[in-house]
Amino acid sequence: MNASLAENLLDVRAISISFGGLSAVKDFSLALPPRALYGLIGPNGAGKTTVFNLLTAVYQPDQGSVHVCGRQINGLKTFQIAHAGLARTFQNIRLFGELSVLDNVRMGAQMREPHGLTTTVLRTGGYVATERHIDAWAREMLRIMGLSHRETEQAKHLPYGDQRRLEIARALATQPKVLLLDEPAAGMNPREKVELMELIRFIRDKFEVAILLIEHDMNLVMRICEQITVLDHGETIAVGTPANIQCHPKVIEAYLGEPV
Amino acid sequence: MPRALAPLLLGGVIALILHLVVQPAVGGFGSNLILFAGINIILAVSLTVVNGFTGQFSIGHAGFMALGGYTAAALMYYGSFKIYGNANFHGGALSWTGRVGGFSGPWMGSGDLLFVIACLAGGIVAAAAGWIVGLPSLRLRGDYLAIVTLGFGEIARVILQGTDAQLRRSQLDAIRSASPLQLMNKLGGALGFIGIPPYTTVFWVYVWVAIMLIVAIRLKRSSYGRALLSIREDEIAAQAVGINNTRYKVRAFVLSSFFAGVAGALYSLQIGSINAGELGFQRSFEILIMVVLGGLGSVTGAALAAIILTALPEVLRFVDQYRMIVYSLLLIVMMIVRPQGLFGVREVWDLMRRRRRQVTGGDA
Repeated sequence: MNASLAENLLDVRAISISFGGLSAVKDFSLALPPRALYGLIGPNGAGKTTVFNLLTAVYQPDQGSVHVCGRQINGLKTFQIAHAGLARTFQNIRLFGELSVLDNVRMGAQMREPHGLTTTVLRTGGYVATERHIDAWAREMLRIMGLSHRETEQAKHLPYGDQRRLEIARALATQPKVLLLDEPAAGMNPREKVELMELIRFIRDKFEVAILLIEHDMNLVMRICEQITVLDHGETIAVGTPANIQCHPKVIEAYLGEPV
Repeated sequence: MPRALAPLLLGGVIALILHLVVQPAVGGFGSNLILFAGINIILAVSLTVVNGFTGQFSIGHAGFMALGGYTAAALMYYGSFKIYGNANFHGGALSWTGRVGGFSGPWMGSGDLLFVIACLAGGIVAAAAGWIVGLPSLRLRGDYLAIVTLGFGEIARVILQGTDAQLRRSQLDAIRSASPLQLMNKLGGALGFIGIPPYTTVFWVYVWVAIMLIVAIRLKRSSYGRALLSIREDEIAAQAVGINNTRYKVRAFVLSSFFAGVAGALYSLQIGSINAGELGFQRSFEILIMVVLGGLGSVTGAALAAIILTALPEVLRFVDQYRMIVYSLLLIVMMIVRPQGLFGVREVWDLMRRRRRQVTGGDA
């Protein structure tokens, strides 16, 4: 096996996809070492969420390959990719609205300890023990995300910021190697955003995951990401540290237009 | 393990009480209502697993019921001829349907074993059909399952109505020499299958009701059931937390079909005949109404709705020929007043707990 593949938790090599004649993402590459905090930015319609959808097999890439911990995952189904260690949140929040906050996180927690129909119906001793374990792990996630006081509420009744945090809790409960956050700060107020930044760093350090995030709040991205990739019209126009990106002429052009 | 079986034991005791105490007290008409309510509970709760938990819209439940019913009927009828040389009753007290009493047989007769096997076989045949129907259609999202199950129900009905004439008592030699495969096609066609020795009693129905309720409630409270609910809520998000949607949906569907088949078996072995013409899409919709009325996803709600809708036509007998009009009006009013059904997605104890909390909250 290639050494660099094994070192990086996530290794994306020149993936492309086009819808009809439109090239949505072209030759996108990315490598996330352990504990990376990586930003993916770009103007609206640049293809950021499409990249997430390619990584999690909502779409299959036309070309290129994706590896998680050295294992090739493109070609696998969405649920298999989750088992391989890639967890995500969604830009347009996708919680299990009718279920309780605790049940939402339990859904993530039970991925590593699945049950069959028979043990469930017979309620065997082993079954009861794992259900307890799932429960404890889910509550721990809620505690970390500061949602413990809301655990019995229906997810759809949470305020927007809490829903975003709940999505992160659910993703984290699957014990991922790589966490993909799609606009985690969208709809949050400035104070919540500052808290979220702290939280993202804390998650990275505590669970030793690599985090890739899409975010429109430049202040947040520049302050917490160590590396940034900028997309425009599906093409990677710049890669570098926040300081480099901020004064990169192509980035300024993509966001503000060409100088007159 | 004993703790896991305790609810089943309790269910068995309740079934015995219904059989030995309640049944003689309410008379033949009342016990028939109790019987059909029980069969409807099994049908409604099994459909809840698919329509309520998993959020898949199945409208061919009567088709699975018909398959189970015919399987059990054929096994019981032709089996009796092959074993005893006649289709008389060979059961014990638990299967004794003559409600006037005076039966001094044993608890279980030799025919009861065949009866239990027939019920299980009815369930297994229906489950196999559920697997075949579900595997291709549950891969897709949306309304495909509704269309496929509706079609399946009608296909099952037409095939059963197209079978050859039933072999009668006078053709005993023909029955004895026929292979099971040949007998599978001698199901009476459009005339229906008749003369089945009736073994189903209140006791047996409520043992199955207990099994159904235990399975459904344990499922709903488990991580497995939570996975089914998550598919109903958001398929993409469910996949993103590692749920193999197709596998879960197919298993829920097969489980549901199994119990529909058992209910069909209990039904045909109760009234002693079965006619596929009565088990068309209209019957499917009756079951669906129970599920919706009880609240999509509520096990106790579906069970209660099954009891209410079994009793309602009888209760409404006093309005005579306007009965079905009043029945439909009541359903319409219900849907306007409580569109989420009787209990919504909750169970009866959730609602009771909540009321208690509200009361104590008001005092404090």
